[in-house]
Amino acid sequence: MDVNEIIKPENLVYGKPRLMNDNAMHYCPGCSHGVVHKLVAEVIEDMGMEENAIGIAPVGCAVFAYNYIDIDWLEAAHGRAPAIATAVKRLNPSKMVFTYQGDGDLAAIGTAETIHACNRGENIVIIFINNGIYGMTGGQMAPTTLEGMVTSTCPYGRNVELNGYPLKISDLVAQLDGACYVTRQSVHTPAAVRKAKKALRQAFENSMNHKGASLVEIVSTCNSGWKMTPDQANKWMEQHMFEKYPLGDLKNE
Amino acid sequence: MAKIKGAVVVNNDRCKGCELCVVACPADVLALQPKEVNDKGYHYAYMKNPDNCIGCASCGLVCPDGCITIYKVKL
Repeated sequence: MDVNEIIKPENLVYGKPRLMNDNAMHYCPGCSHGVVHKLVAEVIEDMGMEENAIGIAPVGCAVFAYNYIDIDWLEAAHGRAPAIATAVKRLNPSKMVFTYQGDGDLAAIGTAETIHACNRGENIVIIFINNGIYGMTGGQMAPTTLEGMVTSTCPYGRNVELNGYPLKISDLVAQLDGACYVTRQSVHTPAAVRKAKKALRQAFENSMNHKGASLVEIVSTCNSGWKMTPDQANKWMEQHMFEKYPLGDLKNE
Repeated sequence: MAKIKGAVVVNNDRCKGCELCVVACPADVLALQPKEVNDKGYHYAYMKNPDNCIGCASCGLVCPDGCITIYKVKL
């Protein structure tokens, strides 16, 4: 059978989600951000919430998220996305409000906002992209950088005596009574992508059911910052990142 | 046994040649163009062995730029 006979609308299995628009993404080739954007667009589309979803874009690589997913967005100051999401959700309880943040945004400058928003049990979803590095600014050390990991500001590897230990912010949030769902996922294989999509769906449903704050951490790669090919970065993540940041649900109430 | 045959369409302009789809493909269908590049200068992905495709959508799921569309028929 010829390929052209197969390529017909009725045989479609998978394609770019409808909510993802045609703007070319500025992310580096192989960046995990693209996959997570796609999942967010798919989940919102599946839930039929495109008119009611409001995203809060962070500062970092994902700052232009509002260019790529066709829903309403707000842009927050560095780290303040959960504070803005709190306001949006309290004023519009019928809207589905989520923040999309990286580790420099959420785990460094925004630690206080994140922890207090979760502790207050705000009905928001926090999507946390953890790649252990400040990607946008040139691969500097982040709080989540692994022990011994080489970045541009710790060229001999992170030294815990000097720089402290990697911050496991999801484990911190899981201790809080206001958080109802804390999970850690990844998007490096097709199976992991499917699981991450389920986790996102559950988090969004929790927020609409007013169960409390949900945090979905996605352990990701930054192949440019890590100075690897996308495939090597995925393998490095499996070997090293998952040891410190094991996948799975940390809290599910 | 019913045979399944799939086809992959890559949006050449959007593809950044990250090779994640090539790695994810269980049937060794995809490869990057060895010489040709798109407008941005990336070696985009293409179906090297179109007969092997089973339409499993693994390539589409891991594609960060959403440039892969998958079709499938049962023969």
